[in-house]
Amino acid sequence: MTLTEPSAPAGRKLSTAKAMVEAIAQEMDRDERVFVLGEDVGSYGGIFSSTTGLLDRFGPRRVLDTPISETAFIGAAIGAAVEGLRPVVELMFVDFFGVCMDQIYNHMAKIHYESGGNVSVPMVLTAAVGGGYSDGAQHSQCLWGTFAHLPGMKVVVPSNPADAKGLMTSAIRDDNPVVYLFHKGVMGLPWMAKNRRSIGPVPEGDHEVPIGKANVVRQGSDVTVVTLSLSVHHALDVADELAGQGVDCEVVDLRSLVPLDTDTILDSVGKTGRLLVVDEDYLSFGLSGEVIARVVERDPALLRAPAARVAVPDVPIPYARPLEYAVLPTPARIRQAVLDLVGA
Amino acid sequence: MEAQGRLDLYRTMVLIRTYEEAILREYHADKKPVFDIGAGLVPGEMHLSAGQEPVAAGVCAHLTGDDAVTATHRPHHFAIAHGVDLDRMTAEIFGRTTGLGRGRGGHMHLFDPAVHFSCSGIIAEGYPPALGQALAFQRRGTDRVAVAVTGEGAANQGAFHESLNLAALWQLPVVFVVEDNDWGISVPRSASTCVTSNADRAAGYGIPGVRVEDNSVEAVHEAAGQAITRARAGEGPSLIEVHTLRLWGHFEGDAQGYRSDLDGVPGRDPLPTYENQLRASGDLDDAKVAGYQAAASERVEAAIAFAKESPEPDPATALDFVFARA
Repeated sequence: MTLTEPSAPAGRKLSTAKAMVEAIAQEMDRDERVFVLGEDVGSYGGIFSSTTGLLDRFGPRRVLDTPISETAFIGAAIGAAVEGLRPVVELMFVDFFGVCMDQIYNHMAKIHYESGGNVSVPMVLTAAVGGGYSDGAQHSQCLWGTFAHLPGMKVVVPSNPADAKGLMTSAIRDDNPVVYLFHKGVMGLPWMAKNRRSIGPVPEGDHEVPIGKANVVRQGSDVTVVTLSLSVHHALDVADELAGQGVDCEVVDLRSLVPLDTDTILDSVGKTGRLLVVDEDYLSFGLSGEVIARVVERDPALLRAPAARVAVPDVPIPYARPLEYAVLPTPARIRQAVLDLVGA
Repeated sequence: MEAQGRLDLYRTMVLIRTYEEAILREYHADKKPVFDIGAGLVPGEMHLSAGQEPVAAGVCAHLTGDDAVTATHRPHHFAIAHGVDLDRMTAEIFGRTTGLGRGRGGHMHLFDPAVHFSCSGIIAEGYPPALGQALAFQRRGTDRVAVAVTGEGAANQGAFHESLNLAALWQLPVVFVVEDNDWGISVPRSASTCVTSNADRAAGYGIPGVRVEDNSVEAVHEAAGQAITRARAGEGPSLIEVHTLRLWGHFEGDAQGYRSDLDGVPGRDPLPTYENQLRASGDLDDAKVAGYQAAASERVEAAIAFAKESPEPDPATALDFVFARA
């Protein structure tokens, strides 16, 4: 367990899961008020390894396995946060939010406003998102647009190990409720097809990534691809491939839906004149429409071609592999969308 | 129970009733001749707790401001009994800048962190946050307790049952209070609940459950004393159901055409009932009654004056407090 080692070699690489755990552990060391609760966060270490090793290190007083009672334990996290503790509470799959959404959007997200700023709710709600491994319609959704639509909670979605650590550190230190959504496909899990960037260099010690600052992960001049999470890696793969064909993509990793870094999007679109939004969430009424709306509201003249979107086309995520990959924002769909934009 | 304890319970009940009558007056004052729920000095839904004073008075007599209360959409009696700042609570109900939530909350969303008070417009959903408050108290090694209140209709919600289980599992210092006023808006308990007493449901979670009949403030006081003592001693949660009385409508403007028990309601009003009991025992006389009523009126009218004199919020600040400033 690397957690117990005093230091690791320079340039060390971690999986996204381990980077996430490292951030939680460092914050638990730093701040006695931080504790972890949720289903299977203890000896199992989180179904997607988001809490592995924490129980051994911090004990059952600070790492609490809960009953399968999302309303009760997420509500408990809210009450604990109101009383000054700083819980990190895991809702295992984001798809389960339906059984506890009232605590999330009517309490966690609203108490600060309703109290006129007199009560803060400094908690982190984590959940696994995303498909691509035939887990079906109730275990493969992203749903980040749903949380981002409802005011009062910040929403962050790391795409790589360093950001996973930095965003978790920032989320725990934030005095607001932060929804932290991690894609199973970028966690670097040994039992799932791994994106090669799901294991990467992670700064040791304190590492904060500010919430609300997008990252231009690839500079380019022809097309801006705005995306997040696993789709960042697909976009980068497509960009590398198209570079050989003379198409130069800029890739913007949003990292955060709330707040949304509109300025970075506008700067990039101002440079390329073409915008593609790639989103593993559903197409309609969500992130992709929001990003395009913000560009059009600010300056429609930035766009030399109509903006385009690649997202899940408003259908429950299918089970069978050919069907699922027909609706996910695959590299093939992204590549075609970029080529269509450049040809337009 | 000592005489002074009885008089304190009575005084709390008088203050609550005086407050609710004053809010009733202010609420309807400028909604005539045609009732418009969003009009006037006190807009929106208004759920008043007249008749349920014994529950709040009896429970909160055992609490200090270090203990937490999560109340329901009908929250005023618990707020008052728990010592929420009356001026700022009233200003919140009037939607003023000096209100507990600076006009963002309203009467169903009162938060006074000074006494760890909150309430919610969503049925049963104050139970889970109370678990977390109790968890925080427990982890800090204090003997503080959290009191979570619902109505009897809310006892059929998942949050109610999840919370009882988790509190019992973790031996949290929580006292669950169910106010059975017989009506979930228009639906009688007989049509909503499969058990005659929600206190029976406590057995399903291995915790003590007691039902207090007759809206008796002293019986509530006794049951709550046992439950709170138990919680403070680290012996875990308890449930108390009180058969109380919704003296008025579910909300103001509710004609209560569905209500089959209205004829008997005035005779069950707990305030004159308790007053007569205290007179019979010699604890109370005309002079003391007048004194308590005068003190309550003075306090309540001062709070209403404070609210009315306070400014309304600047519309330009409507977006303030969505997020905490770093």
